[in-house]
Amino acid sequence: MKIQEGIKSSIRDGTKIALPIMIGYFPVAMAFGLLSKNTLMSFRDTSLLSIMVYAGASQFMAIDLMGAGVNVGSIVFTTALLNLRHIIMSASLAVHLQNVSRKLLPIVAFGITDETFSIISFNKEKMNSAFILTLNTLSYSSWVLGTMLGYMIGEVLPISLQSSLGIGLYAMFAALLFPEISKSKNILYLSMISAIVYMALFYSKIFGFGWDIILAILISSIFGIIFFDKEREN
Amino acid sequence: MKNHLSLIIGMTLATYLPRLVPLLMLGNRKMNKNIEEFLYYVPHTSLSILITRGIMTAESGMKAATIAGIGIAGILSYKKGNLILSVLAGIMLSFVIINII
Repeated sequence: MKIQEGIKSSIRDGTKIALPIMIGYFPVAMAFGLLSKNTLMSFRDTSLLSIMVYAGASQFMAIDLMGAGVNVGSIVFTTALLNLRHIIMSASLAVHLQNVSRKLLPIVAFGITDETFSIISFNKEKMNSAFILTLNTLSYSSWVLGTMLGYMIGEVLPISLQSSLGIGLYAMFAALLFPEISKSKNILYLSMISAIVYMALFYSKIFGFGWDIILAILISSIFGIIFFDKEREN
Repeated sequence: MKNHLSLIIGMTLATYLPRLVPLLMLGNRKMNKNIEEFLYYVPHTSLSILITRGIMTAESGMKAATIAGIGIAGILSYKKGNLILSVLAGIMLSFVIINII
């Protein structure tokens, strides 16, 4: 009985915390579905992209490059670059997944996105299989259903509403980061440093397509190890 | 319409493997202190970078709305710590701004 209660409350927590992601994903996915249709992709291929790839930025990029006539190999390579950051994110999560059965890891891994990764990272105390699977399944459903609906009736949503719902994802990133900043000076400084490092790389234009993100994460996190002492602050 | 199955399968591998391999390799393993600290910082630096990127890559007509949406969500979450409330406030404020500009 106790175990069942625990699972129930994890599912409840997972659902509650998935809401902002679902709200953010749905309109962005609809925008993707509509764009894909306008690029003359079939409904099947559009849906399959969201069902199998499940990576917003990569999917938009793929549609864009396909429209420009870029070949399949280059698009796949660019996708890999864009997703390199997930190697670090997945590694960062791995440390905390002791409560999760190894058999479930392939399923958990499939659901790692910028958004679910952030949510899971900042709710480590709630982390268990039921919580993560609920969060991942709901976020995924929102993305896939949004894509299909967008393909079918995307034209009906006013653009201003689509855009503001899309901004919701960034609002969520901020709403995850700022409470952490209020707890720790080091995190405040490190967040500012990360932003500056990224801007420098972005404007230097030496590294395009995903490299600037992964390099900025690497550089600023290493900076953190060298200049801040996590233990002493705690 | 063209058939895009090879593209879809290639992209599936290119997204799934980076998500899967570290999870399988690093689970349940004792780690070097520096690496552990590095991995602790990653979510924070990633978020800050994704936010910065969102602002910088927003179309010029959307910049003000993006910054305002992020700003109000940041302030509300800093003060109240409520995720959903902060996100909804961000969406509403950016909607208002988009319609004004």
